[in-house]
Amino acid sequence: MAKYLLLKHYRGAPAPINDVPMDQWTPEEVSAHMQFMRDWAARLEGTGEYVDGQALSPEGAWVRYDGEGRPPVTDGPFAETKDLIAGWMVIDVETYDRALQLAGELSAAPGAGGKPIHEWLEVRPFYGEQATATE
Amino acid sequence: MNESLLRELVPAVIGVLVRRGADFAAAEDAVQDALVEAMRKWPDDPPRDPKGWLVTVAWRKFLDAVRADTSRRRREELVEAEPVSDRGGAVDDTLQLYFLCAHPSLTPASAVALTLRAVGGLTTRQIAQAYLVPETTMGQRISRAKRTVAGVRLDQPGDVATVLRVLYLVFNEGYSGDIDLSAEAIRLTRQLAARINHEEVAGLLALMLLHHARRPARTGPDGRLVPLAEQDRSQWNTQLITEGVEILQAALARDRLGEFQAQAAIAALHADAQTAEETDWVQIVEWYDELIGLNDSSVARLNRAVAVGEADGPRAGLAAIEGLDPSLPRHAAAAAYLHERDGDPVAAARLYAQAARSAPNIPERDHLTRQAARLNTQLRGHPQAAN
Repeated sequence: MAKYLLLKHYRGAPAPINDVPMDQWTPEEVSAHMQFMRDWAARLEGTGEYVDGQALSPEGAWVRYDGEGRPPVTDGPFAETKDLIAGWMVIDVETYDRALQLAGELSAAPGAGGKPIHEWLEVRPFYGEQATATE
Repeated sequence: MNESLLRELVPAVIGVLVRRGADFAAAEDAVQDALVEAMRKWPDDPPRDPKGWLVTVAWRKFLDAVRADTSRRRREELVEAEPVSDRGGAVDDTLQLYFLCAHPSLTPASAVALTLRAVGGLTTRQIAQAYLVPETTMGQRISRAKRTVAGVRLDQPGDVATVLRVLYLVFNEGYSGDIDLSAEAIRLTRQLAARINHEEVAGLLALMLLHHARRPARTGPDGRLVPLAEQDRSQWNTQLITEGVEILQAALARDRLGEFQAQAAIAALHADAQTAEETDWVQIVEWYDELIGLNDSSVARLNRAVAVGEADGPRAGLAAIEGLDPSLPRHAAAAAYLHERDGDPVAAARLYAQAARSAPNIPERDHLTRQAARLNTQLRGHPQAAN
């Protein structure tokens, strides 16, 4: 088994095909989307492939150390950033192809007009554990 | 014996060990170990005297821990030399634990964790699950909290207000995983109300019961948030409402108003309305005025503005909201609501979308997104689309 991070972006990913902001959908389309996401996570738990998932608020800031005895410098809230992460899902699957397949399914979540969003998701492999038995 | 009855014994057993000469931190650890053992053994072999069993096992665990630590030899001798007595002293051990675990030197998160363990009798694992943090993290938080209060004497009178703040924090955490923190907070507040005659303890208990009574109606079948005005009121728990109102009336009769009583009075007025339209908003505004008189907070002023919008119309509500800091949590949501009632769906839709972006949790975010979507759909000329 290998772990993969599926990253969803508010900004920074290539534009999806069905690119309409959520507050411009109908309420029923919003509900259908939420239901799809819940069902998808529940199904993955059922197959034993789900590890973790969290959603992030769009708010936040950049922070860095500014030297001894000084408060950290902040830059934000994210006015300049090109990339903004909306959330993640960690899955534990047999193969890279399976990770791609699942990300593809997630990207088909319904959006405006009830049609798939075709959202671009980032799929990133975790570094594995060092094998106990090595040649 | 069920788990919640077992947990009720925990503070008293800690008290016995402390009176026998154990310090609080060691006593609490020993009782936690005994509790874990009880959960494992009792289902197959329930004891005749559960409290006696816990005292015996916890005391043994305590002595084992002391013996294991050779640097504590001097204290071991001290402990062994002391007469062993289970007689209750003049002070109420459980009450003293409430004060200790909510000690002002603790951060709110530490006070919550320590209260749930030492007064609530939950295991570190259960508390960790409820707060969605690893068990080792919660264990560290509790250990640090115990070190912080190590020098505090257990027989000193504490501050009820700090205890109430901790219990209210637990209540508002709701429930996730196996542990229903709202129900646990109610249990702990009931236990406190039985020990101390204080109108704000009663006020907080009433507030919790009145909120808890509405919980079944607060979430839809698909997990979505249902706002107060749209809730199916037949799902409200009338027994809890009756109890909450009675406790509140008795507290108010003492004529020593406090914030929790005022908030409970507002909750009682909502609970009293058969339909949302029958809500006595004029009285609710008056209670918000009382609340602001007790403690002028911008959160209370924001809530008051929404109530004014119902009592005197949306224009009055919008006037009341003016001058409040727009970065206040839920400010945009309140403004959106008032603008829609005032017949300005364009401003309302924009504000709902803005409110969704700064929502504090996912159910609220989804609810606010749906509100924006509903108005935008109407504005595009599909008036048939409802919520």
